[in-house]
Parts: sequence; C-alpha cells; structure tokens
Amino acid sequence: MSIPTRHFDALIIGAGGAGLNAALQLASADVHVAVVSKVFPTRSHTVAAQGGVNAALANVLPDNWHWHMFDTVKGSDYLGDQDAIEFMCREAIPTVYELEHAGVPFSRLDNGKIYQRPFGGQSQDFGGDQAARTCAAADRTGHAILHTLYQQNIRARTHFFDEFFALDLVRDKEGAICGALVLEIETGEPILIEATAILLATGGCGQIFRTTSNAHINTGDGCAMTLRAGVPLMDMEFYQFHPTGIAGKGMLITEGVRGEGGFLVNKDGERFMERYAPRAKDLASRDVVARSIVTEVKEGRGAGENGDYIYLKLEHLGANVIEKRLPGIRESSRIFAGADPVSQPIPVFPTAHYQMGGIPTDRFGRVVIPAKYGAEEAVAGLYAAGECACASVHGANRLGGNSLLDILVFGRLAGKDIIEYVRTNHSRRETDPVSLEQAMARLTRWDHTGEGVPAHQLRAAFRKCMEDHAGVFRTEEVMAEGYKKLGELRECFKDARLGDQSKVFNTARIEALELENLIDVGLAVAVSALHRKESRGAHSRPDYPKRDDVNWMKHSLYYRDGDRIDYKPVRTKPLTVESFPPKERTY
Amino acid sequence: MVDPNQNGTTDAEIRRLRWQCRRGMLELDHLLMPFLDQGYRHLDPRRRAEFVTLLAQQDQDLSDWFMSRCVHEDPRLHDLIRHIVAVVAAQQS
Repeated sequence: MSIPTRHFDALIIGAGGAGLNAALQLASADVHVAVVSKVFPTRSHTVAAQGGVNAALANVLPDNWHWHMFDTVKGSDYLGDQDAIEFMCREAIPTVYELEHAGVPFSRLDNGKIYQRPFGGQSQDFGGDQAARTCAAADRTGHAILHTLYQQNIRARTHFFDEFFALDLVRDKEGAICGALVLEIETGEPILIEATAILLATGGCGQIFRTTSNAHINTGDGCAMTLRAGVPLMDMEFYQFHPTGIAGKGMLITEGVRGEGGFLVNKDGERFMERYAPRAKDLASRDVVARSIVTEVKEGRGAGENGDYIYLKLEHLGANVIEKRLPGIRESSRIFAGADPVSQPIPVFPTAHYQMGGIPTDRFGRVVIPAKYGAEEAVAGLYAAGECACASVHGANRLGGNSLLDILVFGRLAGKDIIEYVRTNHSRRETDPVSLEQAMARLTRWDHTGEGVPAHQLRAAFRKCMEDHAGVFRTEEVMAEGYKKLGELRECFKDARLGDQSKVFNTARIEALELENLIDVGLAVAVSALHRKESRGAHSRPDYPKRDDVNWMKHSLYYRDGDRIDYKPVRTKPLTVESFPPKERTY
Repeated sequence: MVDPNQNGTTDAEIRRLRWQCRRGMLELDHLLMPFLDQGYRHLDPRRRAEFVTLLAQQDQDLSDWFMSRCVHEDPRLHDLIRHIVAVVAAQQS
C-alpha cells in the first residue's frame, strides 16, 4: 500500500485552544510539530467560548489558588481528582500571564491590571463571599485566545494541515502508537503522518445528541480514535445540559431570560414548574428544570407537531424590556425558531453543552490506562488535552470559567511534556502495514455501493435515540431500552451506504466518517450512564436520587470492546495541601 | 439540496463552499449551510462572489453581523448578511 508519508517530532490533532497552546510550546522550542485540523484553525469551537478563564489573580477581590481549588472540588461533586485540580488552579496564574504576554487583549481595570468578573460557583475563603476570578476579553474571549495562539504559531513556524480529517491512529510492529492516517478533504486522498508523540485535542462530542449547543464539527473524533485504539474513555456519563436551548437547533437561551421574568409553559399553557419546584419554580437548578421539561414532553404535554418541546414565554415582559435587556435572545429566536418573543413563545428543549469525561490523562496530558501491575501507566507517546481529555478536573460537573482554563493549562503542560519526550525518544518508528490497512478500511468501506441504509438517516436516528435515552432523563428502564436501540443502530451502521463515492470535497463522506465516531462515543456515554446507579453532578437519576459516596466515589472507564465498564479510584489526595472531604453541596 | 447545474453553479463550487460553511459556532452552521442549499443558487455572480468574501471572515465577526450586534461597514455585504438571515428565518416560519 503506497500512501504519501510525512514525519514530524510531534503531531497534534485539533486546532482549538488546547492544540494551539501545545503547538506553540513545541514550535517555540524548535520541535518539528504539525497540527491537523478538519476546519481552518480559527474556526475551531474555542471561538464560541465567550465567558472567560478562571485564575486567582486577586485583581478585583481577594483570592488565591487554594480557594479556587476548593470551589472546583466542590463543583465536581467530589469526583474530581484533587491532585489535578490543585495543579490546574496553581498553573492558572502563569498560564493567564503567558497568554497576556502573547498578546491576548484581556479587558483591563483602570489600574491596568486584568479585569476579573464574578461567576457562579466562585467563593472567597472556602465557601464564603462571592469571588471575582474570571479573566475575559470583553465577550469574545475564546476568539481572542484562538487568534492570538494561531498568530503566534504562524510566527513560530508550526506546520498546519488545514482541512485534513484524522481517520485513525496507527501503530508500529511492536504495537506502539506512531502516527495517524489523515484525509485531505479537498482531494479525498489519504496521507500518513508519523510522529514520535501524538496529542489529541479534538474538542467535545455534543453532536451525539440531537439538540446541542456544540458546532457541527464537535463529533468526538479524538475520543473515538482512542476507543478504537483500545484505550477506555473515562467518566463519560457526566455530560452537562443546559435546560433551555432552541428546540431542534440547540442554541443556548440564557438563564437570564427566566431571571428577567420569563417562564415555561406546556402545550396547555400550564406553568408546569410550579408542580416540580413549588418554591423556586422557573429558577430551580439546571438539572431540575431540564428534567421537568423532558418529563412534560414524555408525558404528552409537549407542544408542536411532534409534541417534542415546551414554550418559554416572554411576551408579558413587553417589547421595551425584551429589546433593552435581551436583544440577542430576541434575534436568536427570530432567526432560528421563527418566533419573535415579543409576541410569540420560544420553543425550547434541553441542549447538550459540555463533556466532563474523555480520554483519561495525568496532569501532564499523558494518556493513562490501568496497568497490569500498579495503579496505571502512560501510553507511550500518546497525549490528550482539552474537552476531549479527562484530567479529571471537572469530575461530575464543571464550573463556569474552568473550561477555557482546562484547555489552556493542560494544552500548555502537554506541550512542555512532549518537548522532553521527543528529546529522549529519538528513534523513528515505522507504521505496521497491518495497522495502516485497518485505518484505511475506515475510508474504503464507503466506496462500497449497493443496497444499504443512507448514512445521513442513521445519523439522525442515532442522535435522536441518544437524546431520548441518554440525555437528561435517566432511569434504568429508559436507559436499558436505549442501550438496546443504540446497539441495533450500531449494527445498522455496518450496512450504511453513501450515494456519492466521489473524492473531491465529498462532505457526505466526511459526515459518514464522523457518524462512526458519534456511534462509538455515544455508546460510551450511554453505557457509562446506565451503570452508574447514583445521582452526582450532571448525572441525575430519579431512581437513584442521592449521591452514594460509599459505592460510587470512583471513575468509570468504558471500553469499546464488548461495551465493558471498569472503575478506578478518585485521587482524593492533593499535591501539597489537605484533602477536601466530600460534603453535601449547597450554594 | 442544491441543483448543481442550476444558474451556472457547478458541483465543484458547491462542494468547496459547503466545507467553508462548517464553522466554530452552531449559529453560523445553521445560517450558512441552509443558505447554501436554499439561497445561494438564486444569487447573481456578483453576489456569489460576495458570499465567498463573507465566508473568509472571522467567526466572531460573522456572528456579530448576523445577530445584529453590529453592522458590516460595506453596504453590499451588509445587504447580503440581512438577505441570508431573511432566507433562513423564512424557513423556520
């Protein structure tokens, strides 16, 4: 098999904040580094992150990394690894300063220091007064960071493979991962990229659900490649949903709308939140509101032709209030729901937003797996960072402002670790032809013609099934039925076909390849959720409503082979400070 | 789907543009791809060129223009932006 081959010291797959920050470390150290991105790098999903980056700079209010650590451990519902969390909160400070020096235009105070805004879940003095910890570049923080990192990478001469799709990891004859087979989207031709170290930084997987705030590119590609390489995914049952996204589309409708007086009604016009949360009503916690909406739909009180959403009403606020305080929401609703909230309710449904789990790593971004002897071991030369990775800093739920922080800290530290790795591992490893053929088979299967299920139909069916059976409403009955259906859809995938076998910019073929990734990662979420018999953080089960620290304070590990589940302990011992023991979370 | 032979639009052109419509923000995905399918073929050559120009802009800027947070300084591109919004919004109604 003759496939063009390129060699680099380091290969990074994904060009969001994690990938670009790692690449910058490497290129600045004169490491020969390549970045593969399926879209132009500045179109990565990091661009959509508006909120900001947490770091205890204490520019606005008193703060220190230890308080940040406490908030993050508590926010994780005590499932986060406390050594990794301590590390992240300490490293947040130099990471933000490094970005500042690289040119990120952070908003400023009058005294010239970086402005910091308060966010939910932040406290001073271990649960005391509100803290102000989030550094932002106006309302375009992700954009500013992504562009700065991209420009700095161009300056440092990072090699970019723009609009190349990663098909699979490949191994040498000893079984060590030594590169990736990628596809040039323009020509449809494969290229083999061999490297001493490979970093997966492919972002989240929100597209496994029908309704998601994630862009179409977020298809869990790195997670799926890892699964196919025999590495488990960790804590995949923990997926953060926002209760109100535009129905069928997923764009977030901020909680501020209900804060301004908006309320939810079912198809009969009933304010149903009064039944589920008599005191807090529409301002109940996210998971309660999300589950209440889904319950209304499941019990036949959903609105619309298919009865699959409910309404968010704002008309009573009046045009002036809506235009003045919620202009973005009005525009969003008009464009994507065809409803002007001044005179019509907005159709909404819970929207999948953020993946807490992912590829298990240590705090240096090294992918780790259970060892034959001892706790765990690193997979030689394989790294992961960003939303696709799980260094276990979010545990069962993520705090606002910690997602950009995660990708930047662990992207940076993975880059630094790879520098050392490639300097001590010089020998070039050659790809085993058998491994290359297996990776190529992912591509060539779509050349088959004849009878079969259209890939795009299967994609829609799978995402709907994930939403119905592995979304916010998670009982044993619902999830067990879902697992059966998802398994059937996985079987159908073997007969999936494309109508177009051409090569040049065949986006249908790329979407079919993404579908395989969605199925692999979706099953990881569904199976992990089915097995965890407790409610913790974002994983909420009406049939097991309590957190169970005796039996379930442990991480899930999902293996693709046989849909197997294993577990590993939570690392409760921080690096230098005392542990924060589990407590009931109250805010 | 777009009829590739309608109004001189080539299949290769549509294929190339379709991948350019994949963006980092969901809102842009839901504006640009549906417009490529429903509205692009009705544009004259000058406006098609403007659409290509628009696709080369940054996601955050596109988002600001589409969501009316600010106005594009080029009146022709501003018109095209409002046209894209109108075409996509009409599909929802």
